[in-house]
Amino acid sequence: MFDLQDLYQEVIIDHNRCPRNFGKLENPTQAAQGYNPLCGDKLNLYLKMERGTVTDVRFDGSGCAISVASASLMTDTLKGMTLDQVEQLFQNFHNLIMEEKDPDKEQVEALGKLAALLGVKQYPARVKCATLCWHTLHSAMQGEKIATTE
Amino acid sequence: MSETNIAADLKPALDVAKIRQDFPILHQQINGKPLIYLDNAATSQKPRQVIEMVDKYYQEDNANIHRGVHTLSERATADYENAREKVRAFIHAESEKEIIFVRGATEGINLIAHSYGRTHLKSGDEIIISTMEHHSNIVPWQLLCEQTGAVLKVIPINVAGELIIEEFEKLLSPKTKIISVAHISNALGTINPIKTIIDRAHDHLAIVIIDGAQATPHTAVDVQALDCDFYVFSGHKLFAPTGVGVLYGKADLLEAMPPWQGGGDMIKMVSFEKTLYADLPYKFEAGTPHIAGVIGLGAAIDYVNAIGLDTIGAYENELLEYATIKSARMEDLRLIGTAIEKASILSFVMDNVHPHDIGTILDHEGIAIRTGHHCAMPIMAHFNISATARASFSFYNTFAEVDSLMSALEKAREVFA
Repeated sequence: MFDLQDLYQEVIIDHNRCPRNFGKLENPTQAAQGYNPLCGDKLNLYLKMERGTVTDVRFDGSGCAISVASASLMTDTLKGMTLDQVEQLFQNFHNLIMEEKDPDKEQVEALGKLAALLGVKQYPARVKCATLCWHTLHSAMQGEKIATTE
Repeated sequence: MSETNIAADLKPALDVAKIRQDFPILHQQINGKPLIYLDNAATSQKPRQVIEMVDKYYQEDNANIHRGVHTLSERATADYENAREKVRAFIHAESEKEIIFVRGATEGINLIAHSYGRTHLKSGDEIIISTMEHHSNIVPWQLLCEQTGAVLKVIPINVAGELIIEEFEKLLSPKTKIISVAHISNALGTINPIKTIIDRAHDHLAIVIIDGAQATPHTAVDVQALDCDFYVFSGHKLFAPTGVGVLYGKADLLEAMPPWQGGGDMIKMVSFEKTLYADLPYKFEAGTPHIAGVIGLGAAIDYVNAIGLDTIGAYENELLEYATIKSARMEDLRLIGTAIEKASILSFVMDNVHPHDIGTILDHEGIAIRTGHHCAMPIMAHFNISATARASFSFYNTFAEVDSLMSALEKAREVFA
């Protein structure tokens, strides 16, 4: 039996109660809306990129504790990262959360605070709650890529 | 302690302990706790009488129906048609010809929209549904509107989640051709005044479709007394297998409608020049149907009849009342749907706990509820929420299970305290 506290760790509860970077960002360079049709959760992600680096990122919307905490932790982590670093972190996070086998220690350490979300692995129905913000981020960044190639 | 006393004082008219013995699935542990199944509005559990009947069909009688001359085919056909008669009696239809087996309520509505809708509606005609419809009673009509140029109108609801009948009456006009509403709302539990709706609609020569998916497990239905034109329901919510449902239609309407799927079993004679369609009900049953499911539905109806829908409904009302009283003591819990006429559905939100988190925490306690928008996103928008937690009760649920639900909700609150 899984322990409920593996899912609702103190970090998650805290970020759900007081989400960081919550609210609209004026003049974002990119923005995307994430939507989970299974549960109706909505997430707006606003991104400000300058010279390939995330200078600001905020979000708003409604969602469960996992989805809000994940977005809060993500936005807290991204500031100052380059596009490549963000992409690498996303891949790492996504792989760890989707993989069935237990992650090795190094991979978990590389996630930093985001590792608190790995408890969701034991709840297949809730994985999408944790990844919604990342998919929304991906959409927002792809928007920028299209804009730069044109 | 007073809750326990209330529970003890309510002497149910049915022997729930004995009934629970009929449902094998209920006797298991989930996350180390006894399963408490409160997701009956999504699908019901199956009594062994249904499971055994399906099992017997595959073990002893499996054959295709309406064609073989061999013994197995005759047995299967007899059992299949016998189930049709059981359904007819169950909803008090005049004739077995009016009972069409489909995959479920969704397919029934789609059949009507395709076959009746496309041949009877033209640009500018109006279809009326309500704010509290399930997506299955919204999207087929939107598709029909796209195809025909008809216009969709929606009956508004009040804060309790009841249809505003005066507003419905204002929507009626000579343009109104179809009215399709739920008998009971899956998201709110509201029991709609369908007899009033049917009578008003008929004053305007419109036809009425009743989505009975949530109603048939809880309340007796008499399609002739209601005078509805169509009535659809799903077997799986009525303790029968998934993948089988019923479309009832008045014979004269069905006769005039074109088939919606072509194939075997729905024809009298086929040549490349001309095909003669079968008579009702076979005209609408192309292909090999879910024979085991239909036979299982017959067994489910027998089971429900043996207990009696009046007894079932009365007991479920007591459960709902008990749960409603107990939930009112939780200050951070708000019921969504507080209609005076309500079936055994408790839809709610909590101040600091999202429905999804409630669902996960309750699952930890062995309690299965539904969380989300319940395939009724417009109703969520109406109440300005994105989701609710929904506990839905059946006659095999107990007052003690309601107590466990409330304790688990308190636990959920503590996690986020």
